[in-house]
Amino acid sequence: MQLSREALLRAYRQMKVIREFEERLHVEIQTGEIAGFTHLYCGQEAVAVGVCEHLDNEDKIVSTHRGHGHCLAKGCDLNGMMAEIWGSRDGLCKGKGGSMHIADVDKGMLGANGIVGAGSPIGVGAALAAKLDGKGKVAITFSGDGACNQGTTFEAMNMAVVTKAPCIFLFENNHYSEHTGFEYAVGTQKDIASRAEAFGMKVWRGDGTDFFAVHDTMREVLDYVRAGNGPAAVEFDTERFFGHFEGDPQRYRGEGELDRIRETRDCLKNFRKSVTQAKLLSDADLDALDAEVLAAIEASVVAARAAPRPTAEDVLTDVYISY
Amino acid sequence: MAQMMYRDAVLTTIAEEMARDPNVVVLGEDVVGGMGTPGGPEAIGGIWSTSTGLYGQFGADRVIDTPISESAIMGAAAGLALAGKRPVAELMFADFIGVSLDQIWNQIAKFRYMFGGKTKCPAVIRMAWGAGYNAAAQHSQAAHQILTGMPGLKVVMPSTPADVKGLLRTAIRDDDPVIFLEHKALYGISGEVPDDPEFMIPFGHARLSRAGQDVTIVSSGLLLGFCEAVADKLAAEGIGCDVIDLRTTSPLDEEAILDSVEVTGRLVVVDEAPPRCGLAADICALAAAKAFASLKAPPQMVTPPHTPIPFARELESAYLPSTDKIEAAVRQVLGWR
Repeated sequence: MQLSREALLRAYRQMKVIREFEERLHVEIQTGEIAGFTHLYCGQEAVAVGVCEHLDNEDKIVSTHRGHGHCLAKGCDLNGMMAEIWGSRDGLCKGKGGSMHIADVDKGMLGANGIVGAGSPIGVGAALAAKLDGKGKVAITFSGDGACNQGTTFEAMNMAVVTKAPCIFLFENNHYSEHTGFEYAVGTQKDIASRAEAFGMKVWRGDGTDFFAVHDTMREVLDYVRAGNGPAAVEFDTERFFGHFEGDPQRYRGEGELDRIRETRDCLKNFRKSVTQAKLLSDADLDALDAEVLAAIEASVVAARAAPRPTAEDVLTDVYISY
Repeated sequence: MAQMMYRDAVLTTIAEEMARDPNVVVLGEDVVGGMGTPGGPEAIGGIWSTSTGLYGQFGADRVIDTPISESAIMGAAAGLALAGKRPVAELMFADFIGVSLDQIWNQIAKFRYMFGGKTKCPAVIRMAWGAGYNAAAQHSQAAHQILTGMPGLKVVMPSTPADVKGLLRTAIRDDDPVIFLEHKALYGISGEVPDDPEFMIPFGHARLSRAGQDVTIVSSGLLLGFCEAVADKLAAEGIGCDVIDLRTTSPLDEEAILDSVEVTGRLVVVDEAPPRCGLAADICALAAAKAFASLKAPPQMVTPPHTPIPFARELESAYLPSTDKIEAAVRQVLGWR
């Protein structure tokens, strides 16, 4: 299906925001100003955006430790996220969550998650809630090739099939579970989708570096799941441009691998090539968005730096609603 | 007032709350029982008979019979709660927190805090706990000493049918996650239960089940009855015991404990969990720190030993606190100096 000019501009902008958010963090983390562990989503933008462009606030997603892209794509506020990663009181989670726990439930973003594989059953629960409400809404759980080996993922897939939950198990295969290769850690040596298929659900596969492939695939998947056919699984083959965490020396990478994937598997470059060759958008259109996004990222960093810091009293709030 | 069994107090409260609020959803293993069998749905109706008939009354979308997948049950409860429902999830045995703890500890308990107070997770996790059935080391344990230490959870352990009613209703309507511990040796006990369909007991308010001036005994669950029996026996000798039923271990009614200890000066804490880093030690530390000047004797703990729970009848009896052990501890604090 042909996307409108507005939809194309929006999709590119969303991907670019994620890209520049992560590229900026990669630089800022090296100064020591940002605390804690950070896992960058750079390289996988087409998946988050190609999925979330189909969703509204009532559709739920559950994310991972590598969650910035999912959060931004699902509508979490850019400034609130940057402030959160800076640990500021103005952060989306008041500085109590940090990179791995960004959430905005009102936007249908049920949380990044520091525990690999923990999101899958949470997604099933959200999907069961959607089924009960009967409005054709869905829940999507993002997992990597690492989380596909967790028992929670297996339990969740089976339970979703048994209960016909409108849940989509979305696997982003970036070929690395932390520092270990897919070929080693996924014992079947085959793709993840075929595993999901064995649980009794319909599966799709696609190139996760191609926004249009992701977007078209997800239209089919969502139509299927929204129609009440129960769960589905999708595997997108994608690339992680940075290490598992910031500071990862990445000695497991092949010779020239990072240069090669940056050159040939960059979803933003591929998007630009597709839309300019098809004369849907011009380089000037995209360059203007690039500049706008960079300015927005710069502004978010300036604001995060200037934002008020949490105080010792803040430790004690938000544990319970009443106690 | 009606006479009702502990297990029926669980069932009727869930049914009443499901009828009142369409967001209340039950899920767990065999909560319907018999799905996919020749016997058909409700052939069993829950192994504790605490969900019998709910499926027929409320349907499959609200009474969700799950595969044996405890992590996914707890995780689904988490997702249901984040998505605006009020799940009442059943963990068949408290011991199974072992396979599902991540979803309880790292997810359900922490969402609100991690997300900066911008969400709630009104999940109730019911679990059958406790020894007395010779069910051995993996089906008899207490879980409250682990779960009480987890910020973000509320932990409830009713000792009577009336408290089941009042506390479970509060749990289901509470916007925070609640662990609801049902002692399996109490399911068959009967007691008076208020008829009021709005009967609720607030968390963090202990119940004084026996009143006396000489010794404070603190307990909850199955052993509360043991403590009452000891108090009644000693009353005949002119020894008065305050018996405090905690009802909830998180929040803990510190005031009720300290007020009593300030009068009696003597404290015995009776708990079914092993002694290390547990509820009994916690309460003894509380008394030592905040009522030191009132104490006339060192606080005593009556707990099982630091061992797994054994199987054989003789061994389980020797493991569990008994009325004799409780009485001995009370006499010990009375006879100090």
